[in-house]
Amino acid sequence: MTEVRVQEAPFDAGAELNRFSAGRSDLGAVVSFTGLVRGGPDGALIRMEIEHYPAMTGPAIEAIVSEAMQRWSLGDALVIHRFGPLEPGTQIMMVATAARHRADAFAAAEFLMDYLKSRAPFWKKEITREGAAWVEARAEDEDALSRWR
Amino acid sequence: MIDIVYFAWLRERIGLPRERIETDATTVGALVEELRGREERYALAFSDLSAIRVALDQELSDFDAPIATVREIAFFPPMTGG
Repeated sequence: MTEVRVQEAPFDAGAELNRFSAGRSDLGAVVSFTGLVRGGPDGALIRMEIEHYPAMTGPAIEAIVSEAMQRWSLGDALVIHRFGPLEPGTQIMMVATAARHRADAFAAAEFLMDYLKSRAPFWKKEITREGAAWVEARAEDEDALSRWR
Repeated sequence: MIDIVYFAWLRERIGLPRERIETDATTVGALVEELRGREERYALAFSDLSAIRVALDQELSDFDAPIATVREIAFFPPMTGG
């Protein structure tokens, strides 16, 4: 019932959300998050390049989603994550959760985001006018996981 | 025979995305030692293990893990998804 997509192509977050919510008269809450490529100061970022580990990415995200489905009372969950070259302002990824009540939908969406940041095998490289550099993982992102343990 | 895959700056430093090797190493750590001894680029890539994560057959693992039955080992920096 849940859906995980890893793709190079753009997606339409609005259309995905409408489709995700359609016909769910059993549920009362849908929460969604859309991540964008954040531009650097003064337009320094030319593009972001996202690399991933194809054999692991899908299964790793599926495992995170099933953990969320077990922890909260969710009716459904959707994760879309892109890879490849992405320009500032474009959508990288989205998460949507649906539940009978909003508290479950909000908490599960945050959990999914925290885990996707540090446990899904993606790596970001920033291409700026000065050159290219791999984005380093932040200690805060690892700390964010500790609240779910 | 075991497949080794590298991602992000590890792939760039070593200069290839994937290789198949014959090894007698019994753990991830022993395999890393063996790779380090091969060539300078491996020694440089594996100089700081705290900056490297490992997955065995697509599951996150650690450097103490045995590799006898493993088909694919992946080395990569901490993940930066989302």
